[in-house]
Amino acid sequence: MAALSILVFPGSNCDHDAYHAVKHVMGLDARFVWHKETDLGDTDVVIVPGGFSYGDYLRCGAIARFSPVMRSVVEFANKGGLVLGICNGFQILLESGLLPGAMLHNANLKFACKRVNLRVESSDSPFTNAFTKGRVVNVPIAHGEGNYVTDADGLKALEDHDQILFRYCDADGSVTDASNPNGSLSNIAGICNRGRNVMGMMPHPERAMEAAIGGTDGRLVFASVLAALGSPQPA
Amino acid sequence: MYTAIIQITLRPSILDPKGKAAGEALSHLGYDAISNVRIGKYVRMSVAAGSEAEAHTLAKEACEKLLANEVMEDFTITIEAA
Repeated sequence: MAALSILVFPGSNCDHDAYHAVKHVMGLDARFVWHKETDLGDTDVVIVPGGFSYGDYLRCGAIARFSPVMRSVVEFANKGGLVLGICNGFQILLESGLLPGAMLHNANLKFACKRVNLRVESSDSPFTNAFTKGRVVNVPIAHGEGNYVTDADGLKALEDHDQILFRYCDADGSVTDASNPNGSLSNIAGICNRGRNVMGMMPHPERAMEAAIGGTDGRLVFASVLAALGSPQPA
Repeated sequence: MYTAIIQITLRPSILDPKGKAAGEALSHLGYDAISNVRIGKYVRMSVAAGSEAEAHTLAKEACEKLLANEVMEDFTITIEAA
């Protein structure tokens, strides 16, 4: 059975959401890994969860990236291990250099907490292979700093290498300014690295797992990961 | 012992939403002469070093490694004898 490690930093607050999604909804082996640990043990996937690690002091994720466990995460990623950063986890992966770019305050300075539509821009990744390219999915966001930025060369590199996995869009799948909740460059909601084994996204797939709380589109991210690992899908 | 005074600002090409909001508020207050408001960070720290140059090198390293994110920020360092 696939084993997923969920990192816990001081200030993480979506670690239990991720654990619930993986363990109880997907029925997989999940465990928490405290940020002071230096050994990830036997793990197939590392989830860097959302929250406010270190109170978002200095910059979101800037201090968490130096937590002892992150050295093991970088090693794990460099060996091809799957790493999924959600929200603050995405910010930590940007700060750690595992993903390119940086995150600014939302352009309107408001904390955005709502459900948004995302267009799947690429199904060629271990995190999106269960989606059809172009499909529109509905997933919640909850962040104050999700305004992704990189320079012109950085954006071109992301596009040239098919690294943009999700863009904010309207219900019809049109990528518009009105559907961009935070001012993110080119409506970017999620990207992967060049090796495609590290993904960061601001929206919360782990909070879109059960119809009773609004939708199940997030399950496809975890189903993709299982497919990539060659693990059986839950019933 | 030296004191390093560091100013970190968003690069000119990067939108500064906080600076923009403060700038608009100043404009509403009637300060027509004020524009281009940019908000950054001020860091002051003591540095034990044998020379001003060494203190500067250490402060620069601290900025590059942690205090600033050079994807979006610039920094300036001033070293004073403490």
